[in-house]
Order: sequence, then C-alpha cells, then structure tokens
Amino acid sequence: MIDFNDLLGLVNYWVVIVLMMSGFYVVIAQGNLIKKIVGLNIFQVSVFVFYISMGKIKDGSAPILDEAIEIYSNPLPHVLILTAIVVGVATTALALALVVRIHSAYGTIEEDEIQAIEHEEEDVSC
Amino acid sequence: MLTSDPWLILLVVVPLMAAPLCVLLRHATAAWVVAISVSWLVFAIALKLLFQVLDQGEVFYRIGGWDAPWGIEYKLDTVGAFVVVIIATIGAVVMPYAKKSVENEVSKARIYLFYTMMLLCLSGLLGITVTGDAFNLFVFLEISSLSSYVLISLGRDRRALTAAYRYLIMGTIGATFYIIGVGLMYQVTGTLNIVDLSTIMPAVADTRTILAALAFLTVGISLKLALFPLHLWLPNAYTFAPSVVTAFLAATATKVSLYILLRIFFTVFGEVDIFATFPVQPLLIGMALAGMFLASLSAIWQENLKRMMAYSSVAQIGYMVLGVALATEAGLAGGIIHLFNHALVKGTAFLAIGAIVYCSGAVTLKDLHGIGKRMPLLMAAFIVAGLGLIGIPLTAGFVSKWQLVTATLEADMWPLAALILLSSLLAVIYVWRVFEVAYLRAPPPEAAPLKKLPLSMLVPTWALALASLYFGTHAAFTLDIAHTAARQLMGGM
Repeated sequence: MIDFNDLLGLVNYWVVIVLMMSGFYVVIAQGNLIKKIVGLNIFQVSVFVFYISMGKIKDGSAPILDEAIEIYSNPLPHVLILTAIVVGVATTALALALVVRIHSAYGTIEEDEIQAIEHEEEDVSC
Repeated sequence: MLTSDPWLILLVVVPLMAAPLCVLLRHATAAWVVAISVSWLVFAIALKLLFQVLDQGEVFYRIGGWDAPWGIEYKLDTVGAFVVVIIATIGAVVMPYAKKSVENEVSKARIYLFYTMMLLCLSGLLGITVTGDAFNLFVFLEISSLSSYVLISLGRDRRALTAAYRYLIMGTIGATFYIIGVGLMYQVTGTLNIVDLSTIMPAVADTRTILAALAFLTVGISLKLALFPLHLWLPNAYTFAPSVVTAFLAATATKVSLYILLRIFFTVFGEVDIFATFPVQPLLIGMALAGMFLASLSAIWQENLKRMMAYSSVAQIGYMVLGVALATEAGLAGGIIHLFNHALVKGTAFLAIGAIVYCSGAVTLKDLHGIGKRMPLLMAAFIVAGLGLIGIPLTAGFVSKWQLVTATLEADMWPLAALILLSSLLAVIYVWRVFEVAYLRAPPPEAAPLKKLPLSMLVPTWALALASLYFGTHAAFTLDIAHTAARQLMGGM
C-alpha cells in the first residue's frame, strides 16, 4: 500500500523530481537552442526547490534569536541556494549570449540545421 | 603540525582580483602584463606551499577566522599541493606563449577580456583544489567552467561557438548533478565541510540517500572529467578553442576534475569502503577501458591534429581513472603521477600545435606535409610529446604507465596490464601518422612561406617538453610525492 503521508507529506520532493526530469528531458530532446536553455533552467530550479525544502522544518520559524521562538528552520540551505541562483543566472546569460552569436554566425538556432551546415563544411575541408 | 597560512587564500584571491583589473585597464598589452605577473606569482606561491606541505604536513586557512565546520576552511594536503603546482606551472608556462598566439587568433578588441577569463579560470581551478568545503567547491567549479566556456567561444572558427554551447549545456548538467549530490549529503549529515563529512559518513553510508548522492556526484564529475562516454563535449571544444586555451584546459581542467573525484571517493567516502559496498569498481574500470580503446581508435582516424590530440586526451583520462579505480595505493599513485605527466606531455603537444597554427595557419594533416623539415625544432618538441603519449622509456609517459602496469599486476589483474600495453600501441599508430606526414613526406613545392616562430612561443613549448623528459628520467621526486599523496588518501585524511 502507498502510504498517504508519502504522497502528500513529501509533495515538495515529488515536485522536485517532476521538474528535474522534465527539465532534463527538455535539454536532451529539444533541438532548439533557446528551448534547451529553458529546459536547463527548469532543471536547475528543481534543485533550488530541493535545497529550500530541505531547510524547512515543520512549524519552524525564521532563524531570529527570540525567546518566543523555539523551532527554527535551517537557513543555511536557503543561503546556499542564493549562490546557486546567481550562478544559474550567470550561466543563462552566457548561454543566451552564445545563442545570439550562433544565430548571427549560422543564421539559425535549430540544432539539426546547424549540424547540417557543419557537416557540409567538414566535407569541403577534408 | 597544522599551521594557519594566509598564502593559501592568496593563491585564489590574487588571480580573482587581477581579473577585474584587466577589465578596467582595457588594454591588450597591459592586461597581458597583469596576467603574466599574476601567473608567475601564483607559481611561486604554489611551489612554496608544495615544499611546506612536504615538509610540515597539511596547511590550512580559516576564512574570517571561523572554525571549521562552521566556517569555510581552505586546506592543502599532498595531493592538493601537487595538483596546485601542476595548474600553476601550466599557467606560468602558457602566459608568455599567449601574447603572440592570442594576437594572431583573437580579435584585438577582445584580447584584454581574454586575459580576464584566463585569470578567472586559473582562480577557479586553484580554488577547487584548495577548498575544504563541498559547496564552495561548486562555486569555484562554476567560476572555472563559465570562464572556460567564454574562452572556448573566442576561437576563430564559428564552430567554436557551438562547441562552447554544447560544453555549457553538458558542463552545467554536470555541475548541477554535483550540487544535487552535495544537497543529498547535507540532508543526511548536516555538514558541508569535507573532513566533517568524512567523519559522519560511516554512520549513514547505508542509507539510500547517500547512495543516490554518490551516484549523482560520480556522474556529475565524470561529465566534467570527460570520462568516456560522457566526453562528447571535449573533442570540438579542444579543436576550435584558441590554441592557448586548448593547451591550458587540456593540461589543467580535466585534471582538476579527477582531483574532485579523488576527494569524493577517498576523502568524503574515505572511511567507508565504497569499492566493497557499491559496484563502483567494475563500472569505472569498464568506462576507463572503453575510453582508452575507443578514443584512441577515434584519434587514429582524425585528420585535424588538434582533434586527434583531443581524442587522445579522452584516452589518457581513461588511464588515470583506471589507476583510481584499482583503489590500491599503487593504483592511486599511478593515477596521480599520470595526472602530472600527462599535463606536461599534452601541454607540450598543444603548445606545439598552436605554434604550427601560428606559423602556417594549417592544422590538418594534409596541409602539414614535410612540416618536420620546415620547422625542425618545433616538430621535435611535438615528437617528444608524442613519445610521451605512447609511453616510450625516458619520457614522462613511461614512468606513469610503468606505475600503472605495476599497480595492476600487484592487484592481480594482469589482463588489465595487457590492455594498458595494447592500448598504448594504438597511440603508436596516431603518433606515427603525424611523424610520417611531418618527416617522410616532401613539403609541397608551392607551399606558402612560413611566418617566423617567435621565441616567446618556442621557449615555453620546449620548457614543457624538457620538463617531461626530465621527469621521465628523474622520476624519484614526482613518484615520491604521488606515493605519499596516495598513502594519505588511502589512509583517510
């Protein structure tokens, strides 16, 4: 039997897995360079959600030193993921910049068309 | 005894701070002067730290004065110091070479940005090696990766752009896998400090979370390492990047990834016998062997010299991983010494190719007929590197292959020893192809005159070539370090 708690109690982690796998699939399956980046972003966001979820404790409050608060959530994963978000933004920016350059160099951002052009070039040069 | 040492952080901070300085200068030569001074300074610091570590044991530095495991701790043991010296040496050798080569291959307006990226990449690679914090390692991994994507995209050919894009996608997936692994470990252990992780690990190693973490970490790092069959980004990236970048990355980036793999297997999971618990060994040995043979076979069929050497790199990574996968002291020492020797050998090969490109503009075999007669001094350096790749006695490649073969025999795996020798024969074939074209074919009579080879390019190439010969004949020093490093890794921290 499937435990009810496994389904609802771990809903964040189910979301993480669904996002991670769909993002990963988009990166692999999509031929359009921009859509690949979108997939990569979804993939990375799943990791952000994963880190944020693991820091949260049930009924836990923000980690502020106060006598009224007894249970704190762990702030460290949240801080870590801020760094990862920044890295993700930098990666996306660089990837998009590359796509702009690829578009001006090849006139297309479809992977199969680019590959066809590259194969032609190699046949000529050999 | 342990000593807190600010030099450790300077190793990372100096190139990191010099990078924006290059942007502010906005001048090609000024940026080069900054880059070369920094890389030589880093080289000096790295040597100082290596001798300090060999002399007194581990060196550490606590950022902000916070004690580990709360604060981030930088830590250098023998294997770390060895890898730091490799990176710093290659950086210092490549920078003087870079000036002429980059002027020739990168558009003038972008040259100062090129040096910015080189310094960032250097800083990231050194950071990975000195940090004792698993998440900090991820940050440095991304610093070095992002800058290397930019460096690759600066190549002249438009295919450099698609190569950089492909590397970016695969590299980011690899790095993201790495943080998933770190996250899973943090979930169970509540710590990110590598030493702390290794002490907690035995208590939790049986959980499925840790098993998943190990899987994510191994696959993620194997992507960055270009371990067969995750190497697909590497050949094009090395072929179309500017020559200096190829030489620098081929000699350092994959080596640092191997270092991360060592850290995970033998430090983080050092107290757990993962090789007994999980089927890591057959998997790694299988992939290493597949890489050694299939990548060498691909190298044989290449017409483009850079691509040939790129495939050869994938094969050589196979040897290193094979050493690591044996999980014995001798095997690890073999992997570590090959890491050093291959950096010298492949660095020489790519610097020589870069010089050929500078002088003749050609990089495919059919355009290089008789090049050995036209550029005898330079091609001699390439042949020295080629012999090193095969593992001929007196070259550095021989020392590491000897160590690897001994290690496999000690581990009672003589078929592996035979396979190492057999795959070396494949290297003979591709090196021979270059030799034949370069020396036994007549230069075409209508060949365009060659540009004069500047000394600033010839000297670094020969410096690495001579170093590989020196460490091929005087191997005691490097072998000693490799053995000490292996012993420390096998004995936990």
